[in-house]
Amino acid sequence: MSTFASQFLKQARVMTADLRHRKIIRTALTNYEIVRDKRKGAFQSWESARQAAAETKWEAVNHLDKYLVELVSKLEARGTKVHWASTGAQASEIILQIVRDKQARSVIKSKSMTSEEVHLNAALEKAGLEVVESDLGEFIMQLRDEPPYHIVFPSMHLTRGEIKDLFQRELGDAPSDSPEELTMVARRALRKKYLTADIGFTGANFAIAETGMISITENEGNARLTSALPKTMVSLLGIEKVLPRLEDLALFLPMLATAGTGQALTCYNTMYGGPRQPGESDGPEEFHVILLDNHRTELLADAEQRDALHCIRCGACLNACPIFRNVGGHTYATTYSGPIGSVITPHLRGLQDWKHLSNASSLCGGCTEACPVKIDLHHHLLQNRRNAATEEPAFFERSLYQIFGFVANRPALWAVAKKLGRFGQPLQNLVKGTALDPAKAWTQTRDLPPMPKESFKDWWQKRKG
Amino acid sequence: MKNEETVLSEREKILARVREALKIPAHVPGAHGTAPLPASAHSPAADARSWLPKVGDSFAEQLALFQSTAAELKAEVQMVASRDAVKAALAKMASDGNWKRIATHKGELTDFATADLGLPICRTEGGYDVQEMEACDAGITECDALVAQTGSVLVTSLSAGGRGLSVLPPHHVVIARREQLVADLPAAFALVQKKYAPHFPSMISFITGPSRTGDIERILVLGAHGPKKLTILCF
Amino acid sequence: MTITLFIPCFVDALFPRAGISMVQLLEGLGHKVVCPEEISCCGQPPFNSGYWGEARPVAAKVLEQLKDAEAVVIGSGSCGAMVKKFYPELFAGKPQEELAKKIAARTWEFSDFIVSKLGVTDFGAKFPHKVTFHDGCHGLRELDIKKSPRALLAKVQGLQLVEMAEAETCCGFGGTFAAKFPMISTAMGDVKCASAAETGAEYIVSNDSSCLMHLQGLLTRQGKPLKTIHLAEVLNQR
Ligand code: SF4
Repeated sequence: MSTFASQFLKQARVMTADLRHRKIIRTALTNYEIVRDKRKGAFQSWESARQAAAETKWEAVNHLDKYLVELVSKLEARGTKVHWASTGAQASEIILQIVRDKQARSVIKSKSMTSEEVHLNAALEKAGLEVVESDLGEFIMQLRDEPPYHIVFPSMHLTRGEIKDLFQRELGDAPSDSPEELTMVARRALRKKYLTADIGFTGANFAIAETGMISITENEGNARLTSALPKTMVSLLGIEKVLPRLEDLALFLPMLATAGTGQALTCYNTMYGGPRQPGESDGPEEFHVILLDNHRTELLADAEQRDALHCIRCGACLNACPIFRNVGGHTYATTYSGPIGSVITPHLRGLQDWKHLSNASSLCGGCTEACPVKIDLHHHLLQNRRNAATEEPAFFERSLYQIFGFVANRPALWAVAKKLGRFGQPLQNLVKGTALDPAKAWTQTRDLPPMPKESFKDWWQKRKG
Repeated sequence: MKNEETVLSEREKILARVREALKIPAHVPGAHGTAPLPASAHSPAADARSWLPKVGDSFAEQLALFQSTAAELKAEVQMVASRDAVKAALAKMASDGNWKRIATHKGELTDFATADLGLPICRTEGGYDVQEMEACDAGITECDALVAQTGSVLVTSLSAGGRGLSVLPPHHVVIARREQLVADLPAAFALVQKKYAPHFPSMISFITGPSRTGDIERILVLGAHGPKKLTILCF
Repeated sequence: MTITLFIPCFVDALFPRAGISMVQLLEGLGHKVVCPEEISCCGQPPFNSGYWGEARPVAAKVLEQLKDAEAVVIGSGSCGAMVKKFYPELFAGKPQEELAKKIAARTWEFSDFIVSKLGVTDFGAKFPHKVTFHDGCHGLRELDIKKSPRALLAKVQGLQLVEMAEAETCCGFGGTFAAKFPMISTAMGDVKCASAAETGAEYIVSNDSSCLMHLQGLLTRQGKPLKTIHLAEVLNQR
């Protein structure tokens, strides 16, 4: 077992026993489900919208070379500087180079999971820069020195009391535990940072090939400020973010909001097509867009799972996932958690090290059902299992299934096995749930049904006479 | 900056990997094992109007939808009878809100509406001092459109005085004409295309209610980073 | 018609009464029922664990046994999904691919067969209890079966169906998942049981015995009064 797998098991044991934590997540997500369902219901046809979104993404991803070239030429035509990064380290280095060129001291960031993926903050801090996360949830997590708990709701596992204590400790400012007052504390603290930051850094939710724009979806206005005030703006995005046409956003913006937060549209949906243009009153003098591969082309090469690149990072599959809800976001120890994380992490960071995430699923399909772009998530988990077992079969497990197959295909042996089971059960009952119990993974928390004297087949054969 | 050559080569390397990967076709999502879809000139999203939330056909229905949706989002919509009434409404807002200083941009409606307020004005055209704008009580802008379907205000860096004006001051006041109301998001994007293509403003933004967050226990708080108040003054 | 009834391995060994009920119900409708004795298991345990090579011989034997069947009825949504949806995938590019597709098209989950294929909902059953229904995930999401079991329950005299908030949430069984990640499986089962208990029901009814085995195991261990029963057994109560 990989060390990541044993870490996962250990953490899962801790988290599933933490009933308080499970209740917090459950309450938050139950509220989310109510508003999301209301918004889905407002669509004339959510199902047709999903299909269209899936097909649009399919078109974009399956002609990615064409749309990337179009995107870049349109961006460059308006004075945007485009960079390409094959790896996370290269992306960080490009940003550090911009920092050096600008002699920048501070960076204000709006929410970006891609920057988490490339560990940008660590790289910038190592270079002596002040880096401030401006999204409230990300700001909270940065103060806690922890990665985001959830790709859309970074601090959903914390109570207001915990946030109050955190602000008191780190900012010396927490008048009460009211969410309103705590939000205002953060607003005041971050305003100062905006006014002085040298570089504004953002991610992107979409990129539009047709018009050469990136699109950012947010609620707080922090990305708007990040792209308005600093003299230099830098946006990092995965190459899979591209959409063919501007009008596609008419579909994707409301779908992202509906699936992500249960809103009809988030508060700010903004398209950026370049640095400050002649005749405009503000905006950055320079706009840099960094297109990141970082193993995305490997996922692209897997035609079976290519649709995982359709992901719009809405978080709906995490919210629907009973595994996520019971073990929590940090247990995954990955940038992208939940079903989509379990699907793509093996591609991004190694199948054998991360296959346990694909095993840690009941394959219930709740994720696939929730996904607004119809990614076949739970079947990809199954395919990851198959790929892992084919590449490096576990000796014990494979032998077990070989024996199983041998017995299953010989009805007489199968009947003997059933008999053995029935006579073995009283013995097993003596050690039920203890280390000696061969079925202890089951019996520690659950009883096994008593095996009846007569199996169905016994009955059937007797009846036939 | 890295020299041109490496920049180019990283681009070529990535594109080459993309092209190599795409040699094997992929199935259409959701359709287990069916044939690949051909590339199409027709955007699947082009029919969005038939799936998105319904919007009535008449202007009256659309206006009513805009008002109720915006109100639900905690934006304030004031429908007034005339340009002059806009002026009066703004003056009242200024005195009720005890405004000391406002920020605005050059524009037919903004110039007219703010002319007699008698307050110091931070203007954005040609550039402005950020600290000064930050100290303003309200930012007053025009817009490109109002979207009935979502209760949104569509602004751009050209129509609304740049990027900062609509988010930096604590109260954003939008002055709009009734004719600026469009039915839905597809109509709004069509308007952007028609009005600006190919010289798009560097920022195009749909503002849907005042700034908000739910990051603390998923409880709604207004004014996270942007304005706490959004008023749409429509005549 | 002649119905080939595929009784899943765990129903055969652990819940024979569910299987017997299915036979009696189908025969009661005037059909001839055959149960291929050579079939032990659909091969799902190795398949779901990723050991497709080990699953294929088991599945191939099932295909062989079913090849002349007029209609295949499977007494579990999970094994139903295996035959109907995953066999064609398991044998993609293999000699049995066509056979797998052919059989998949003729395969039905038990409750859906009765309602959608036979058009029957009323067995004249009596079960004077308050129950809640658990949708097994494979039946629900792979085979899209939601209405059929409810249509059948609606005709049972004295039965009161109360839907639970988490009706569509996975119970946490998940086959080998239950043994590989017992703590997560148990936590999920607890969520399910709590939601079922909230309805005030006496029974959790399902068309999947494997889910019920897991839930009953938890309920018994925790000394909870809530009981579980297979849909076929409910329909077979007079
Ligand atoms: S996989 Fe689908 S549901 Fe999950 S985050 Fe991505 S788009 Fe959302």
